[in-house]
Amino acid sequence: MIKIISNLGDAALYCDFGSEVNQEINSKVIKYFKSIKEKEIEGITNLTPSYNKLVISFDLKLTNFNIIKKKIENLELKRTEKTKGNKIKIPICCEKQFALDIKNLENKLKITESKIYEKFFSKEYFCYMTGFIAGLPFLGDLDESLKSKRLETPRVKIPKGSIGLAEQFCNIYTSESPGGWNIIGNTPVNIFDKKKEIDPNLINPGDTVIFQQISMSEYEEYNN
Amino acid sequence: MKNTITNNYFEVIRPGINSTFQDLGRKNLNHIGIPFSGAMDKRNFILANRIAGNNENTPVIEFAYQGPKLKFKGQKINFTITGNVSFKLIKKEKEIYGNCYQNYTLEEGDQLDILSTNKSVYGYFAISGNFDVKFQWGSCSTNTKANIGANDGKKIEKDQLIKVSNTHSHDSKKNLQYMDSKIEKIRVIKGTNFNYFSEESKKIFFEKEFEVTKLTDRMGMRLAGPNIKNIVDTNIKSEGIIKGVIQIPADGNPIIMLSDHGTIGGYPKIGVVISSDYDKLVQIPAGSKIKFKEIELLDAEMLFKLYEMETENLISKIK
Repeated sequence: MIKIISNLGDAALYCDFGSEVNQEINSKVIKYFKSIKEKEIEGITNLTPSYNKLVISFDLKLTNFNIIKKKIENLELKRTEKTKGNKIKIPICCEKQFALDIKNLENKLKITESKIYEKFFSKEYFCYMTGFIAGLPFLGDLDESLKSKRLETPRVKIPKGSIGLAEQFCNIYTSESPGGWNIIGNTPVNIFDKKKEIDPNLINPGDTVIFQQISMSEYEEYNN
Repeated sequence: MKNTITNNYFEVIRPGINSTFQDLGRKNLNHIGIPFSGAMDKRNFILANRIAGNNENTPVIEFAYQGPKLKFKGQKINFTITGNVSFKLIKKEKEIYGNCYQNYTLEEGDQLDILSTNKSVYGYFAISGNFDVKFQWGSCSTNTKANIGANDGKKIEKDQLIKVSNTHSHDSKKNLQYMDSKIEKIRVIKGTNFNYFSEESKKIFFEKEFEVTKLTDRMGMRLAGPNIKNIVDTNIKSEGIIKGVIQIPADGNPIIMLSDHGTIGGYPKIGVVISSDYDKLVQIPAGSKIKFKEIELLDAEMLFKLYEMETENLISKIK
């Protein structure tokens, strides 16, 4: 299932599952990720799954590229064919003050604001990966009509909880951060809880996210 | 509350430029977006703890360019500073300029002024004992961009008090005759997108000098120099990155990922700095020039063994 295994520097394996981005390839990445994690192979210090790649870092003091490569090539994958993720409902408020780029998007996509939201809320989204900043989920795929480019000049600060769109993906900024995605709303839900030692992420790769629109008053009441 | 502290503690008179608590970092969290972090110059971190008589992975204070000025309150405490650092002890009657890789004692009211790192970036301040810091996911390492780790994920600040505990003293003054091995060039293994760049740019990358710019921090080292021309695509689908990865964004200026890097990146990778050269890399100060040399995986693995032997050798020489 892994097409090519190569070395990324002297202390990481780069597993290439193909060049396309789709759920089928990503499910394979996640399956490998979960199987390797469960095996607790000596010397592995980090696993970073993404759309169609898996980077495995290791401690060069304890092991090396060839040893880890052999172990991955001979890995017994987890049997559960469908490593079914959770379904998670995320309320978002799309009031003007949160939807920083909705007017931009209307111009870019040549469709109306209400049509953008209609298309956006009519789909469920698959979590391909989390990362960049702690807990940030990369979700997809957006309806064809919502595919857009990133901002030409990224924002220095995007508010925590912002929902952004770019290409065929959407994401949720788990904390204030720089970024270039088109912002269409904000969630009052804490997606990443750094106080939790175990499972600080609300959304994990393989999960499905269902967005639900809420009003300003519901947004304000959410954390009370 | 400040006045109720009765234990030993340091008062921060001046915090320094980028002073944080660090240890060897946190593992196995990249998949949720939390990087390794940890001491930038691992060898000097380990030596600071070893000379101070601590376990290898005890939290220390890492500082960049200028360190903190601290006033000590409490019973005697020993400390060690490693790196290439100028510092002085201010006692009641005298000032002593200290040497790195050597234990010194602070007594009630003494001040330690860590003036600067010389021709380098990072230095380490270890005490014989523990700084009272919180651990998060098994490590105290502070990632100030993500607000993770000790000190609420923040840099050490002016006027804060740093409590210490479990202090142990050594009557024998430990020290190490430290000899730094020099390397001319930073050695690099070709990256997974090496062929995204023009033939000329590939040559330039391993032949010309680059300057370390001021936009360098614990997340990344930004370089300026000859433009590296991409002939395929200036973006790739976002994927995992590791420390030492050299990315080339659309503007053609290399960025080297350092310990606090974002876990996922979308720029093509021209190369990866080898593990044995990472400590040297991070110590190259802004404004200095840097040159890369291409190396194969097997040679890099051998150089890492040598690096480990050198560290062990230094530890064995602590008297």
